[in-house]
Amino acid sequence: MADALEADTAAPGGLDRRGFLTWVVASPTLMIAARMGLDVPAADATEVPVTATETPLSLYIALQLDGRVVTTLPRTEMGQGITTAVAMLVAEELDVALDAVDVRSADADPRWLIQLTGLSSTMRYLTGPLRAAAAEARARLVTAAALRWRVLAPTLTTSQGEVRAPDGRRLGYGELAEEAARVLLPLVSTRPKPESQYTVVGRPTGRIDALDIVTGAARYALDLDLPGALPTVVARPPTLRGAVQSFNDGVARTMPGVVGVVWLPSGVAVAARTFAQAFAARDALQVSWTPGPASTLSDVDIRSRLRDAIGPRPLPPLLTTRTVEGRFDFPYLAHAPMETQSCLAHVRGTSAEVWLGAQDPKYAQREVARALGWDLTPQRVTVHVTRAGGGFGRRFFNQAAVEAALVSRAIGQPVKLMWSRNDDMRHGHFRPASHHRILAHLGLGGSILGWHHRAAIPTVELPHGFGDVLTALLGEALPDATSAVFFAISQRIPYRFGFASHELREVPIPIPTASFRSVFTSQVGVANEVFVDQLARELQVDPVALRRSRLPSNSRLKAVLDKVVSVGQWGRALPPGVAQGVAVLEEWESAIAHLIEVDVSSGTPRVLRVVIAADVGLPINPKGIEAQLQGAAVDAMSTTLSAGLHIDSGAVREGSFADYRWLRMKHVPSDIQVHLVRSDDRVGGVGELGYPSAAAALTNAIARATGTMPTRFPILDEGV
Amino acid sequence: MLAHQFILNGQTVTVETPSDLPLLWVLRDVLGVRGPKYGCGVGVCGACTSHLDGEAFRPCIHPVGSLSGHEVMTIEGLGAQGLHPVQQAWIDEDVAQCGFCQPGQIMAAVALLRKNAHPTDADIDAAMSENVCRCGTYVRIRAAIKRAALLLRSGAGVTGG
Ligand code: FES
Ligand code: FES
Repeated sequence: MADALEADTAAPGGLDRRGFLTWVVASPTLMIAARMGLDVPAADATEVPVTATETPLSLYIALQLDGRVVTTLPRTEMGQGITTAVAMLVAEELDVALDAVDVRSADADPRWLIQLTGLSSTMRYLTGPLRAAAAEARARLVTAAALRWRVLAPTLTTSQGEVRAPDGRRLGYGELAEEAARVLLPLVSTRPKPESQYTVVGRPTGRIDALDIVTGAARYALDLDLPGALPTVVARPPTLRGAVQSFNDGVARTMPGVVGVVWLPSGVAVAARTFAQAFAARDALQVSWTPGPASTLSDVDIRSRLRDAIGPRPLPPLLTTRTVEGRFDFPYLAHAPMETQSCLAHVRGTSAEVWLGAQDPKYAQREVARALGWDLTPQRVTVHVTRAGGGFGRRFFNQAAVEAALVSRAIGQPVKLMWSRNDDMRHGHFRPASHHRILAHLGLGGSILGWHHRAAIPTVELPHGFGDVLTALLGEALPDATSAVFFAISQRIPYRFGFASHELREVPIPIPTASFRSVFTSQVGVANEVFVDQLARELQVDPVALRRSRLPSNSRLKAVLDKVVSVGQWGRALPPGVAQGVAVLEEWESAIAHLIEVDVSSGTPRVLRVVIAADVGLPINPKGIEAQLQGAAVDAMSTTLSAGLHIDSGAVREGSFADYRWLRMKHVPSDIQVHLVRSDDRVGGVGELGYPSAAAALTNAIARATGTMPTRFPILDEGV
Repeated sequence: MLAHQFILNGQTVTVETPSDLPLLWVLRDVLGVRGPKYGCGVGVCGACTSHLDGEAFRPCIHPVGSLSGHEVMTIEGLGAQGLHPVQQAWIDEDVAQCGFCQPGQIMAAVALLRKNAHPTDADIDAAMSENVCRCGTYVRIRAAIKRAALLLRSGAGVTGG
């Protein structure tokens, strides 16, 4: 039997051929943990039973007595549909019904190898460990049934959460969960299924939490019931990062429902019986503020600082006969998640519990611990990760949790702290503004000898670090990921444009920043693809033809470009004022192309049609991928056309969706088509893939419709 | 402090609060009804959208004192007797992303379909453009409204409405 096992499993000891380590966690019912194999210990180390407390892990899968399968992930559901995709992978490998799988977000814990939701990384990193863990669990369940029935394990099959014998006997996984936990050696293969046998993965599947959402039962942080938790809001300074000089709360304290007023580093908090009362008392506070560090800066100053940072042109390559220059300005953007920053917190004497939708719970834990003076014992803070109402990069920051913890400690009661929409718009961390200069160096006969892109961008704050993620991304150790490092590894062009280079000029501007969907590519990648169209105009060639001629012949990009060109009927006859634009992007191990048709005949651009083709490799849930790409297209259209922030003397002008002009139903075409092209079975990233080329294709369409290339975003900005 | 009585999701409720307290906070903080969401508090995002006597309205800007004798329905009341066709259509079209705007979107769509059984794209634009979806699910919301219109016209259950 041992020989058969050797032959059957690619890597005895739980290290499968792709390098995912799995192990059984000591538990009454079967529980399998798994991790990515990047830095797996030598194979012999796995012969020693490993417990979850000793090795950083990626996820675990637990079988329950009722047959349900609970998968716990160090990731946060913010709308990207990961819980559904994860449940599909588990259901596939374990042969259970999709609705028998529960997916939970883990509390913050340093033992998680990577507990960070971003960089379009979730499915790229977790698919392998998930498959390995679920396949391992299945093998142990089959083995447990074989031992109980005293039959040869390989004769057994699994289906619908049961092990089945040829003679018709069946056992539900729940009935086997305890015995399976004690199986020493699986007697059937622990190797995941080949993709060709998939019946769940790859099938368009609705969200597993759809029923909760449509009935209003889905619970976000402030929907949780923590008895006695007091609604709390914070009076904030008029300028970014301003501070409290002094305040008078005499009136506020006497107002109905008010329980406490607390001085915070970021403002003055009011806790009351209802949020309405907390808001009313907040408005009755008299606070004098110290202006924030950016209070001498407005848009014009920022723009000129960024322009000044670009510096002189570098020398062109030899044989350059002509240099074409493009300049682009992008605005600050608020992430504006639908759920504002919110946190439920309860601080007792020496411990604290917080509930929030954090993108980096371990960082939230450290920040809350630091605020409470527990730097050296962050484990005193328990961070429960809740569903979040959108993230987009904003929830890497945890001010709401820090504030909630401080208020809870000060008043000795649990609190539910909420940022108002105004707070969220005006005191966030923003996608920074930027200025770009692109130089295309041309030679004789339409040759392109060089491409030089220099971007001046205020330093992007990544205090949470991307260290472990980048390590995983690159397969090499980086001591400390700075935004410059991230820029350097992420920015490139896919075309053969001679000598191409991208440079970041970081400009210190004291306005809080954060990564935003697509990070630097939301600016650099957009400007590049817009300028490729400009180059086509200069060279008097068709923009699709120029791209095709400069892409490697069998590239994924060429395939997705060809797809939108044929489905979208590039070059078809259109009425006056209507034009098409295309753009492409390769990032996150995925490739995408957009074709957008826009009508400018009324004076205000209106998007008529969006056609998207994407190659994300194995599409785990095509419906979820389509949703992400449609949503990213709306992000891109909103921020290209009308949504952008203005800075007036260190304060953000926009305060809600009334003036931060995110697109509405009436602005969005009724069809945003998504076509998936599958060149192989890798798992590519999706969440951030869909933004840059959508923004560029729209800009290119407007340029072709109006004859003028837009260079400043948002295009419909009413100005300063 | 006054006692205010109104009908919430089919049940009479009485709350003792100041009259000017916006209904959203009576629902969320006093009654524990958490389906309606806060997205702006000033009536511009639609996250709190519910029904007042069958019409879409915004509890975040509606004082509880004006509700005497009126009927309020939140997302919780819509599905109380089995899924409403609009909720079913939302599931079938897999509309939601983060989901935070969706209770409001659904309540706005139900109100639209009650008045207009055959909404055109222009009708949908007019009725739904004051409900923001930051995740950008508009294409699927539109598809779900059209699907729900078909379901409703074919007589699929019209409970809860
Ligand atoms: S919260 Fe009521 S409309 Fe925004
Ligand atoms: S689904 Fe997230 S805001 Fe609409």
